Amino acid sequence: MCGERDYTEFRYGGDAAKPRPAHGTADQQVWHDYVFLFDNPKGPHREYWQHVLGCRHWLVLERDTATNTVGASRPASEAVSK
Amino acid sequence: MDACGYAGACVPIETRTLSSRYSALSLARHALSDAPWPRAWGSPEPKSNYDVLIIGGGGHGLATAYYLAANHGIKNIAVLERAYIGSGNVGRNTTLVRSNYVIDGNTQFFEFSMKLWEGLSHALNFNVMLSQRGQIVLAHGPAQLDVLARKGNIMRLNGIDAELLDRGDVMRQLPYLDYSTEARFPIQGGLLQRRAGTVRHDAVAWGYARAAASLGVDIIEHCEVTGFVISQGQVTGVETTRGRILSGRTAIAVAGHSSHLAAMAGLRLPIESHLLQAFVSEPIKPFVDHVISFGAELFYISQSDKGGLVFGGHIDGFNSYTQRGQFPKVQTVAECAVALIPSISRLRLLRHWAGIQDMTPDGSPFICRTPLRNLYLDGGWCYQGFKATPAAGWCFAHTIAHDDEHPLNRCYSLDRFERGAELDDYGIGNWTYKQ
Repeated sequence: MCGERDYTEFRYGGDAAKPRPAHGTADQQVWHDYVFLFDNPKGPHREYWQHVLGCRHWLVLERDTATNTVGASRPASEAVSK
Repeated sequence: MDACGYAGACVPIETRTLSSRYSALSLARHALSDAPWPRAWGSPEPKSNYDVLIIGGGGHGLATAYYLAANHGIKNIAVLERAYIGSGNVGRNTTLVRSNYVIDGNTQFFEFSMKLWEGLSHALNFNVMLSQRGQIVLAHGPAQLDVLARKGNIMRLNGIDAELLDRGDVMRQLPYLDYSTEARFPIQGGLLQRRAGTVRHDAVAWGYARAAASLGVDIIEHCEVTGFVISQGQVTGVETTRGRILSGRTAIAVAGHSSHLAAMAGLRLPIESHLLQAFVSEPIKPFVDHVISFGAELFYISQSDKGGLVFGGHIDGFNSYTQRGQFPKVQTVAECAVALIPSISRLRLLRHWAGIQDMTPDGSPFICRTPLRNLYLDGGWCYQGFKATPAAGWCFAHTIAHDDEHPLNRCYSLDRFERGAELDDYGIGNWTYKQ
Protein backbone atom coordinates (compact mmCIF):
# COMPACT_ATOMS: atom_id res chain seq x y z
CA MET A 1 0.00 0.00 0.00
CA CYS A 2 1.08 3.64 0.24
CA GLY A 3 3.55 3.26 3.12
CA GLU A 4 3.93 5.94 5.77
CA ARG A 5 1.78 8.95 4.87
CA ASP A 6 0.68 12.15 6.59
CA TYR A 7 -2.37 11.86 8.84
CA THR A 8 -4.20 14.60 6.92
CA GLU A 9 -4.47 12.24 3.93
CA PHE A 10 -6.65 9.90 5.98
CA ARG A 11 -10.27 10.16 7.03
CA TYR A 12 -11.79 8.58 10.09
CA GLY A 13 -14.48 6.01 9.31
CA GLY A 14 -15.99 5.06 12.66
CA ASP A 15 -16.02 2.16 15.10
CA ALA A 16 -14.75 -1.08 13.51
CA ALA A 17 -15.56 -3.29 16.48
CA LYS A 18 -19.32 -3.36 15.86
CA PRO A 19 -20.39 -6.34 13.78
CA ARG A 20 -22.91 -5.45 11.08
CA PRO A 21 -26.19 -7.35 11.59
CA ALA A 22 -26.73 -10.26 9.24
CA HIS A 23 -28.28 -9.36 5.89
CA GLY A 24 -32.04 -9.59 6.13
CA THR A 25 -32.22 -9.06 9.87
CA ALA A 26 -35.77 -7.86 10.44
CA ASP A 27 -35.51 -6.70 14.03
CA GLN A 28 -35.48 -2.87 13.96
CA GLN A 29 -33.95 -2.74 17.41
CA VAL A 30 -30.86 -4.61 16.19
CA TRP A 31 -30.38 -2.10 13.37
CA HIS A 32 -31.01 0.84 15.69
CA ASP A 33 -28.33 -0.38 18.07
CA TYR A 34 -25.89 -1.00 15.22
CA VAL A 35 -26.40 2.39 13.58
CA PHE A 36 -26.91 4.67 16.56
CA LEU A 37 -25.27 3.23 19.69
CA PHE A 38 -21.57 3.42 20.42
CA ASP A 39 -19.31 2.01 23.12
CA ASN A 40 -17.27 5.21 22.72
CA PRO A 41 -14.59 3.91 25.10
CA LYS A 42 -11.99 6.04 26.85
CA GLY A 43 -9.09 3.74 26.05
CA PRO A 44 -8.32 1.17 23.33
CA HIS A 45 -10.48 1.56 20.21
CA ARG A 46 -10.54 -0.35 16.92
CA GLU A 47 -11.63 1.88 14.07
CA TYR A 48 -11.85 2.35 10.31
CA TRP A 49 -9.77 4.91 8.41
CA GLN A 50 -9.64 5.51 4.68
CA HIS A 51 -6.64 6.85 2.80
CA VAL A 52 -8.87 9.29 0.90
CA LEU A 53 -6.06 11.45 -0.52
CA GLY A 54 -3.95 8.53 -1.64
CA CYS A 55 -4.51 4.89 -2.49
CA ARG A 56 -8.11 5.00 -1.09
CA HIS A 57 -7.62 1.78 0.84
CA TRP A 58 -9.67 1.23 3.96
CA LEU A 59 -7.70 0.37 7.11
CA VAL A 60 -8.49 -0.96 10.54
CA LEU A 61 -6.44 0.86 13.17
CA GLU A 62 -5.90 0.26 16.87
CA ARG A 63 -5.78 3.60 18.73
CA ASP A 64 -6.09 4.63 22.37
CA THR A 65 -8.70 7.41 22.62
CA ALA A 66 -7.39 8.50 26.03
CA THR A 67 -3.89 9.24 24.72
CA ASN A 68 -4.18 9.19 20.89
CA THR A 69 -1.42 6.56 20.85
CA VAL A 70 -1.62 4.73 17.53
CA GLY A 71 -1.12 0.95 17.49
CA ALA A 72 -1.26 -1.70 14.80
CA SER A 73 -3.05 -1.22 11.49
CA ARG A 74 -4.13 -3.70 8.83
CA PRO A 75 -6.10 -3.55 5.61
CA ALA A 76 -9.85 -3.63 6.19
CA SER A 77 -10.10 -6.31 3.49
CA GLU A 78 -8.17 -8.65 5.80
CA ALA A 79 -10.43 -7.80 8.73
CA VAL A 80 -13.56 -8.41 6.64
CA SER A 81 -12.46 -11.73 5.18
CA LYS A 82 -11.85 -13.23 8.62
CA MET B 1 -3.64 42.75 63.41
CA ASP B 2 -3.80 39.01 63.99
CA ALA B 3 -1.49 36.19 63.01
CA CYS B 4 -2.95 36.05 59.50
CA GLY B 5 -2.11 39.67 58.84
CA TYR B 6 -5.74 40.73 58.81
CA ALA B 7 -7.11 43.39 61.09
CA GLY B 8 -10.43 41.56 60.88
CA ALA B 9 -11.22 38.11 62.19
CA CYS B 10 -9.10 35.21 60.93
CA VAL B 11 -11.73 32.65 60.04
CA PRO B 12 -10.76 29.27 58.63
CA ILE B 13 -11.83 29.19 55.02
CA GLU B 14 -14.31 26.31 55.44
CA THR B 15 -16.24 28.01 58.21
CA ARG B 16 -16.31 31.48 56.70
CA THR B 17 -19.87 32.52 56.01
CA LEU B 18 -21.01 32.49 52.42
CA SER B 19 -21.32 35.75 50.58
CA SER B 20 -24.48 37.74 51.04
CA ARG B 21 -26.17 39.67 48.28
CA TYR B 22 -23.83 41.65 46.03
CA SER B 23 -24.80 45.32 45.65
CA ALA B 24 -23.26 48.77 45.42
CA LEU B 25 -23.74 49.00 49.18
CA SER B 26 -21.93 45.72 49.88
CA LEU B 27 -19.10 46.85 47.60
CA ALA B 28 -18.74 50.10 49.55
CA ARG B 29 -18.89 48.24 52.85
CA HIS B 30 -16.12 45.87 51.78
CA ALA B 31 -14.02 48.74 50.45
CA LEU B 32 -13.97 50.17 53.98
CA SER B 33 -13.11 46.85 55.61
CA ASP B 34 -9.86 44.87 55.61
CA ALA B 35 -11.70 41.56 55.79
CA PRO B 36 -11.47 39.33 52.72
CA TRP B 37 -14.59 38.83 50.62
CA PRO B 38 -16.53 35.83 51.84
CA ARG B 39 -16.30 32.72 49.70
CA ALA B 40 -18.95 32.47 47.00
CA TRP B 41 -19.66 28.83 47.89
CA GLY B 42 -18.43 26.44 50.55
CA SER B 43 -16.60 23.09 50.62
CA PRO B 44 -18.97 20.81 52.50
CA GLU B 45 -18.17 17.18 53.25
CA PRO B 46 -20.49 14.90 51.30
CA LYS B 47 -23.47 13.65 53.29
CA SER B 48 -24.46 9.99 53.07
CA ASN B 49 -27.78 10.68 51.39
CA TYR B 50 -29.31 13.28 49.07
CA ASP B 51 -32.70 13.71 47.42
CA VAL B 52 -30.96 14.60 44.15
CA LEU B 53 -27.37 13.93 43.19
CA ILE B 54 -26.01 15.71 40.13
CA ILE B 55 -22.85 14.29 38.60
CA GLY B 56 -20.85 17.05 36.95
CA GLY B 57 -20.18 20.53 38.33
CA GLY B 58 -20.12 22.23 34.94
CA GLY B 59 -22.50 24.91 33.77
CA HIS B 60 -25.32 22.45 33.16
CA GLY B 61 -24.95 20.58 36.47
CA LEU B 62 -24.80 23.79 38.50
CA ALA B 63 -27.70 25.36 36.61
CA THR B 64 -29.75 22.20 37.17
CA ALA B 65 -29.02 22.30 40.91
CA TYR B 66 -29.96 25.98 41.04
CA TYR B 67 -33.30 25.51 39.22
CA LEU B 68 -34.13 22.37 41.25
CA ALA B 69 -33.79 24.48 44.39
CA ALA B 70 -35.24 27.73 43.00
CA ASN B 71 -38.13 26.38 40.87
CA HIS B 72 -39.01 23.09 42.54
CA GLY B 73 -38.23 23.66 46.21
CA ILE B 74 -35.87 20.68 46.45
CA LYS B 75 -33.16 21.53 48.97
CA ASN B 76 -31.24 18.34 49.72
CA ILE B 77 -29.09 18.41 46.59
CA ALA B 78 -25.42 17.75 45.91
CA VAL B 79 -23.34 18.49 42.83
CA LEU B 80 -20.31 16.19 42.44
CA GLU B 81 -17.38 17.56 40.46
CA ARG B 82 -14.32 15.42 39.83
CA ALA B 83 -12.00 18.45 39.51
CA TYR B 84 -12.90 22.02 40.46
CA ILE B 85 -15.75 24.32 39.45
CA GLY B 86 -15.04 25.90 36.06
CA SER B 87 -12.41 23.34 35.02
CA GLY B 88 -14.45 21.62 32.32
CA ASN B 89 -16.22 22.67 29.14
CA VAL B 90 -17.96 25.63 30.80
CA GLY B 91 -14.54 27.30 30.81
CA ARG B 92 -13.34 25.89 27.49
CA ASN B 93 -15.92 27.22 25.03
CA THR B 94 -16.03 30.35 22.88
CA THR B 95 -18.77 32.04 24.99
CA LEU B 96 -21.31 32.56 22.19
CA VAL B 97 -25.06 32.69 22.75
CA ARG B 98 -27.66 32.80 19.96
CA SER B 99 -31.04 31.31 19.02
CA ASN B 100 -30.97 31.02 15.22
CA TYR B 101 -32.23 27.48 14.67
CA VAL B 102 -34.71 26.18 12.11
CA ILE B 103 -36.15 22.91 13.41
CA ASP B 104 -39.17 22.86 15.71
CA GLY B 105 -37.91 21.86 19.12
CA ASN B 106 -34.46 23.40 18.75
CA THR B 107 -35.92 26.78 17.77
CA GLN B 108 -38.10 27.11 20.86
CA PHE B 109 -35.57 25.59 23.25
CA PHE B 110 -32.69 27.86 22.26
CA GLU B 111 -34.91 30.96 22.24
CA PHE B 112 -36.01 30.07 25.77
CA SER B 113 -32.32 29.84 26.66
CA MET B 114 -31.69 33.25 25.07
CA LYS B 115 -34.46 34.78 27.17
CA LEU B 116 -33.00 33.25 30.34
CA TRP B 117 -29.58 34.69 29.40
CA GLU B 118 -31.19 38.12 29.12
CA GLY B 119 -32.32 38.02 32.75
CA LEU B 120 -29.57 35.87 34.22
CA SER B 121 -27.38 38.49 35.90
CA HIS B 122 -30.39 39.71 37.88
CA ALA B 123 -31.68 36.22 38.65
CA LEU B 124 -28.29 35.07 39.98
CA ASN B 125 -27.21 38.42 41.51
CA PHE B 126 -23.96 37.88 39.60
CA ASN B 127 -22.85 39.77 36.52
CA VAL B 128 -22.42 37.21 33.75
CA MET B 129 -21.52 40.05 31.37
CA LEU B 130 -24.02 39.27 28.62
CA SER B 131 -23.01 41.32 25.59
CA GLN B 132 -25.72 41.32 22.90
CA ARG B 133 -23.40 42.52 20.17
CA GLY B 134 -25.25 40.67 17.40
CA GLN B 135 -24.26 37.68 15.30
CA ILE B 136 -23.96 37.86 11.53
CA VAL B 137 -23.98 34.60 9.54
CA LEU B 138 -22.53 35.19 6.08
CA ALA B 139 -23.76 33.90 2.73
CA HIS B 140 -21.29 33.45 -0.11
CA GLY B 141 -23.71 32.64 -2.90
CA PRO B 142 -27.35 33.32 -3.84
CA ALA B 143 -28.51 29.85 -2.78
CA GLN B 144 -26.91 30.29 0.60
CA LEU B 145 -28.62 33.66 0.98
CA ASP B 146 -31.94 31.95 0.18
CA VAL B 147 -31.25 29.44 2.95
CA LEU B 148 -30.56 32.30 5.36
CA ALA B 149 -33.76 34.06 4.27
CA ARG B 150 -35.71 30.91 5.07
CA LYS B 151 -33.94 30.59 8.40
CA GLY B 152 -34.69 34.23 9.24
CA ASN B 153 -38.36 33.73 8.33
CA ILE B 154 -38.62 30.67 10.57
CA MET B 155 -37.02 32.62 13.40
CA ARG B 156 -39.38 35.59 12.96
CA LEU B 157 -42.42 33.31 12.82
CA ASN B 158 -41.28 32.06 16.22
CA GLY B 159 -40.94 35.57 17.60
CA ILE B 160 -37.13 35.60 17.35
CA ASP B 161 -35.35 38.64 15.92
CA ALA B 162 -33.66 38.19 12.55
CA GLU B 163 -32.68 40.61 9.77
CA LEU B 164 -31.56 39.65 6.29
CA LEU B 165 -28.61 41.73 5.09
CA ASP B 166 -27.51 42.32 1.51
CA ARG B 167 -23.87 42.74 0.52
CA GLY B 168 -24.02 46.51 1.08
CA ASP B 169 -25.47 46.08 4.59
CA VAL B 170 -22.69 43.63 5.47
CA MET B 171 -20.05 45.99 4.04
CA ARG B 172 -21.36 48.83 6.23
CA GLN B 173 -21.41 46.72 9.40
CA LEU B 174 -18.27 44.67 8.82
CA PRO B 175 -16.04 46.92 6.68
CA TYR B 176 -12.91 44.89 7.42
CA LEU B 177 -13.95 41.68 5.63
CA ASP B 178 -12.46 40.83 2.24
CA TYR B 179 -14.76 42.30 -0.45
CA SER B 180 -12.06 42.40 -3.12
CA THR B 181 -11.99 40.37 -6.30
CA GLU B 182 -9.24 38.37 -4.58
CA ALA B 183 -11.70 37.06 -1.96
CA ARG B 184 -11.80 33.28 -2.04
CA PHE B 185 -15.50 33.29 -1.14
CA PRO B 186 -17.42 36.41 -2.26
CA ILE B 187 -19.82 37.81 0.34
CA GLN B 188 -23.42 38.00 -0.91
CA GLY B 189 -25.13 38.99 2.31
CA GLY B 190 -25.92 37.65 5.72
CA LEU B 191 -28.40 37.08 8.51
CA LEU B 192 -28.20 39.20 11.64
CA GLN B 193 -29.56 38.26 15.04
CA ARG B 194 -29.04 41.39 17.14
CA ARG B 195 -29.87 39.71 20.46
CA ALA B 196 -27.11 37.12 20.00
CA GLY B 197 -23.70 37.76 21.49
CA THR B 198 -21.31 36.58 24.17
CA VAL B 199 -21.39 35.82 27.89
CA ARG B 200 -18.45 35.59 30.27
CA HIS B 201 -18.30 31.80 30.63
CA ASP B 202 -16.45 31.60 33.98
CA ALA B 203 -18.99 33.95 35.51
CA VAL B 204 -21.75 31.55 34.45
CA ALA B 205 -20.12 28.72 36.42
CA TRP B 206 -19.41 30.93 39.42
CA GLY B 207 -22.80 32.64 39.35
CA TYR B 208 -24.78 29.40 39.24
CA ALA B 209 -22.51 27.79 41.88
CA ARG B 210 -22.93 30.73 44.23
CA ALA B 211 -26.70 30.99 43.68
CA ALA B 212 -27.16 27.23 44.16
CA ALA B 213 -25.01 27.18 47.31
CA SER B 214 -27.00 30.07 48.75
CA LEU B 215 -30.14 27.91 48.35
CA GLY B 216 -28.50 25.07 50.30
CA VAL B 217 -26.98 22.97 47.50
CA ASP B 218 -23.79 21.11 48.50
CA ILE B 219 -21.11 21.67 45.85
CA ILE B 220 -18.55 18.92 46.34
CA GLU B 221 -15.37 19.41 44.34
CA HIS B 222 -12.62 16.82 43.82
CA CYS B 223 -15.10 13.97 44.09
CA GLU B 224 -15.12 11.59 41.12
CA VAL B 225 -17.90 9.11 40.50
CA THR B 226 -16.54 5.59 39.97
CA GLY B 227 -19.76 3.57 39.75
CA PHE B 228 -23.50 3.45 40.31
CA VAL B 229 -25.44 1.68 43.02
CA ILE B 230 -28.19 -0.14 41.15
CA SER B 231 -30.83 -2.47 42.49
CA GLN B 232 -33.75 -3.90 40.51
CA GLY B 233 -33.33 -1.54 37.56
CA GLN B 234 -33.21 1.50 39.80
CA VAL B 235 -30.26 3.76 40.57
CA THR B 236 -30.07 4.43 44.31
CA GLY B 237 -26.70 6.13 44.59
CA VAL B 238 -23.12 6.37 43.40
CA GLU B 239 -19.69 5.16 44.42
CA THR B 240 -17.17 7.98 44.52
CA THR B 241 -13.54 8.59 45.38
CA ARG B 242 -14.92 9.95 48.66
CA GLY B 243 -17.14 7.00 49.44
CA ARG B 244 -20.66 5.83 48.65
CA ILE B 245 -23.38 8.47 48.45
CA LEU B 246 -27.02 7.43 48.25
CA SER B 247 -29.61 9.44 46.36
CA GLY B 248 -33.29 9.51 45.56
CA ARG B 249 -32.61 10.67 42.01
CA THR B 250 -29.30 10.76 40.15
CA ALA B 251 -28.54 13.01 37.22
CA ILE B 252 -25.65 12.85 34.75
CA ALA B 253 -24.46 16.19 33.35
CA VAL B 254 -20.92 15.47 32.20
CA ALA B 255 -21.07 16.13 28.44
CA GLY B 256 -17.84 15.01 26.81
CA HIS B 257 -17.79 12.01 29.14
CA SER B 258 -21.47 10.97 28.99
CA SER B 259 -20.67 7.58 27.42
CA HIS B 260 -18.01 6.95 30.04
CA LEU B 261 -20.46 7.55 32.91
CA ALA B 262 -23.35 5.78 31.20
CA ALA B 263 -21.19 2.69 30.68
CA MET B 264 -20.79 2.47 34.47
CA ALA B 265 -24.58 2.09 34.60
CA GLY B 266 -24.53 -0.46 31.77
CA LEU B 267 -25.97 1.93 29.16
CA ARG B 268 -24.76 2.56 25.61
CA LEU B 269 -25.56 5.98 24.19
CA PRO B 270 -25.92 7.45 20.68
CA ILE B 271 -22.77 9.50 21.34
CA GLU B 272 -19.14 9.68 20.27
CA SER B 273 -16.68 11.97 22.08
CA HIS B 274 -14.83 14.36 19.78
CA LEU B 275 -12.41 17.26 20.13
CA LEU B 276 -13.38 20.82 19.38
CA GLN B 277 -10.59 23.37 19.37
CA ALA B 278 -10.81 27.03 20.26
CA PHE B 279 -8.29 29.79 19.66
CA VAL B 280 -7.39 33.20 21.07
CA SER B 281 -5.11 35.69 19.35
CA GLU B 282 -2.89 38.25 21.05
CA PRO B 283 -4.99 41.21 22.26
CA ILE B 284 -5.64 44.11 19.92
CA LYS B 285 -7.74 47.28 20.14
CA PRO B 286 -11.51 46.95 19.59
CA PHE B 287 -11.94 45.70 16.02
CA VAL B 288 -14.54 42.94 15.67
CA ASP B 289 -17.77 44.33 17.15
CA HIS B 290 -20.02 41.36 16.32
CA VAL B 291 -19.94 37.61 16.33
CA ILE B 292 -19.29 36.62 12.72
CA SER B 293 -19.94 33.18 11.25
CA PHE B 294 -18.24 32.33 7.98
CA GLY B 295 -20.53 30.61 5.49
CA ALA B 296 -17.94 28.75 3.44
CA GLU B 297 -16.71 26.53 6.27
CA LEU B 298 -17.59 26.13 9.93
CA PHE B 299 -15.69 29.11 11.33
CA TYR B 300 -16.73 31.90 13.69
CA ILE B 301 -14.97 34.80 15.33
CA SER B 302 -15.59 37.43 17.99
CA GLN B 303 -13.42 39.68 20.17
CA SER B 304 -13.17 39.30 23.92
CA ASP B 305 -13.28 42.22 26.33
CA LYS B 306 -9.55 41.72 26.84
CA GLY B 307 -8.98 42.30 23.12
CA GLY B 308 -8.13 38.80 21.94
CA LEU B 309 -9.88 37.49 18.86
CA VAL B 310 -11.70 34.32 19.88
CA PHE B 311 -12.44 31.83 17.13
CA GLY B 312 -13.07 28.22 16.33
CA GLY B 313 -13.98 25.73 13.63
CA HIS B 314 -15.06 22.13 13.11
CA ILE B 315 -14.32 19.15 15.34
CA ASP B 316 -11.02 17.38 14.73
CA GLY B 317 -12.64 14.52 12.84
CA PHE B 318 -12.11 11.45 14.99
CA ASN B 319 -13.16 10.46 18.50
CA SER B 320 -10.80 11.31 21.34
CA TYR B 321 -10.73 12.13 25.04
CA THR B 322 -7.30 13.80 25.03
CA GLN B 323 -8.22 17.52 25.27
CA ARG B 324 -5.37 18.12 22.81
CA GLY B 325 -6.09 19.40 19.32
CA GLN B 326 -4.44 18.33 16.08
CA PHE B 327 -2.25 20.80 14.22
CA PRO B 328 -3.92 20.44 10.76
CA LYS B 329 -7.13 21.84 12.25
CA VAL B 330 -5.20 24.85 13.58
CA GLN B 331 -4.05 25.47 10.03
CA THR B 332 -7.55 25.12 8.53
CA VAL B 333 -9.05 27.49 11.09
CA ALA B 334 -6.26 30.04 10.53
CA GLU B 335 -6.87 29.83 6.77
CA CYS B 336 -10.57 30.56 7.34
CA ALA B 337 -9.69 33.55 9.52
CA VAL B 338 -7.40 35.05 6.91
CA ALA B 339 -9.76 34.29 4.01
CA LEU B 340 -12.44 36.26 5.84
CA ILE B 341 -10.32 39.04 7.40
CA PRO B 342 -6.99 39.36 5.54
CA SER B 343 -5.80 42.16 7.86
CA ILE B 344 -5.34 39.77 10.78
CA SER B 345 -2.83 37.59 8.92
CA ARG B 346 0.09 38.94 11.02
CA LEU B 347 -1.67 38.41 14.35
CA ARG B 348 -0.08 35.80 16.56
CA LEU B 349 -2.04 33.02 18.18
CA LEU B 350 -1.86 33.40 21.94
CA ARG B 351 -3.56 30.20 23.05
CA HIS B 352 -5.42 27.26 21.62
CA TRP B 353 -7.01 24.37 23.39
CA ALA B 354 -9.46 21.52 22.87
CA GLY B 355 -12.59 20.53 24.71
CA ILE B 356 -14.18 17.10 24.59
CA GLN B 357 -17.73 17.10 23.40
CA ASP B 358 -20.46 14.54 22.98
CA MET B 359 -21.40 14.28 19.30
CA THR B 360 -24.81 12.80 18.52
CA PRO B 361 -26.03 11.40 15.19
CA ASP B 362 -28.42 14.32 14.54
CA GLY B 363 -26.52 17.12 16.28
CA SER B 364 -29.15 17.57 18.98
CA PRO B 365 -28.77 16.86 22.68
CA PHE B 366 -30.41 14.66 25.31
CA ILE B 367 -32.30 15.99 28.33
CA CYS B 368 -34.30 13.01 29.44
CA ARG B 369 -35.07 10.03 31.57
CA THR B 370 -33.04 6.88 30.90
CA PRO B 371 -33.92 3.17 30.79
CA LEU B 372 -32.88 3.00 34.47
CA ARG B 373 -35.36 4.37 36.96
CA ASN B 374 -34.26 7.50 38.87
CA LEU B 375 -31.33 8.06 36.49
CA TYR B 376 -31.49 11.12 34.23
CA LEU B 377 -29.27 12.32 31.42
CA ASP B 378 -28.23 15.74 30.17
CA GLY B 379 -25.64 15.27 27.43
CA GLY B 380 -24.95 14.99 23.72
CA TRP B 381 -24.44 18.74 23.43
CA CYS B 382 -22.31 18.74 20.27
CA TYR B 383 -21.28 22.34 19.49
CA GLN B 384 -24.00 24.00 21.50
CA GLY B 385 -23.66 23.20 25.18
CA PHE B 386 -22.68 26.63 26.45
CA LYS B 387 -25.48 28.66 24.86
CA ALA B 388 -27.96 26.06 26.13
CA THR B 389 -26.81 26.26 29.76
CA PRO B 390 -29.76 28.13 31.35
CA ALA B 391 -32.49 26.31 29.42
CA ALA B 392 -30.80 22.94 29.87
CA GLY B 393 -30.60 23.50 33.62
CA TRP B 394 -34.20 24.68 33.72
CA CYS B 395 -35.57 21.76 31.69
CA PHE B 396 -33.34 19.12 33.29
CA ALA B 397 -34.44 20.28 36.75
CA HIS B 398 -38.07 19.93 35.62
CA THR B 399 -37.39 16.46 34.21
CA ILE B 400 -35.77 15.30 37.45
CA ALA B 401 -38.35 16.90 39.76
CA HIS B 402 -41.37 15.54 37.82
CA ASP B 403 -39.81 12.32 36.51
CA ASP B 404 -41.08 13.56 33.15
CA GLU B 405 -39.81 15.83 30.40
CA HIS B 406 -40.82 19.50 30.13
CA PRO B 407 -42.60 20.38 26.84
CA LEU B 408 -39.40 22.20 25.78
CA ASN B 409 -37.18 19.13 26.06
CA ARG B 410 -39.63 16.35 25.17
CA CYS B 411 -37.93 16.27 21.75
CA TYR B 412 -34.52 15.54 23.36
CA SER B 413 -35.31 11.97 24.41
CA LEU B 414 -32.91 9.03 24.14
CA ASP B 415 -35.32 6.96 22.03
CA ARG B 416 -35.86 9.53 19.26
CA PHE B 417 -33.78 7.54 16.76
CA GLU B 418 -35.94 4.45 17.30
CA ARG B 419 -39.04 6.57 16.69
CA GLY B 420 -37.63 8.30 13.61
CA ALA B 421 -37.91 11.62 15.43
CA GLU B 422 -34.41 12.95 14.83
CA LEU B 423 -33.76 16.68 15.11
CA ASP B 424 -31.22 17.28 12.39
CA ASP B 425 -30.90 21.04 12.00
CA TYR B 426 -28.43 20.73 9.11
CA GLY B 427 -30.16 17.85 7.36
CA ILE B 428 -26.88 16.02 6.79
CA GLY B 429 -26.17 14.45 10.15
CA ASN B 430 -23.59 15.86 12.44
CA TRP B 431 -20.44 13.85 12.06
CA THR B 432 -17.93 15.29 9.65
CA TYR B 433 -16.63 11.84 8.82
CA LYS B 434 -20.06 10.66 7.70
CA GLN B 435 -20.96 13.70 5.60
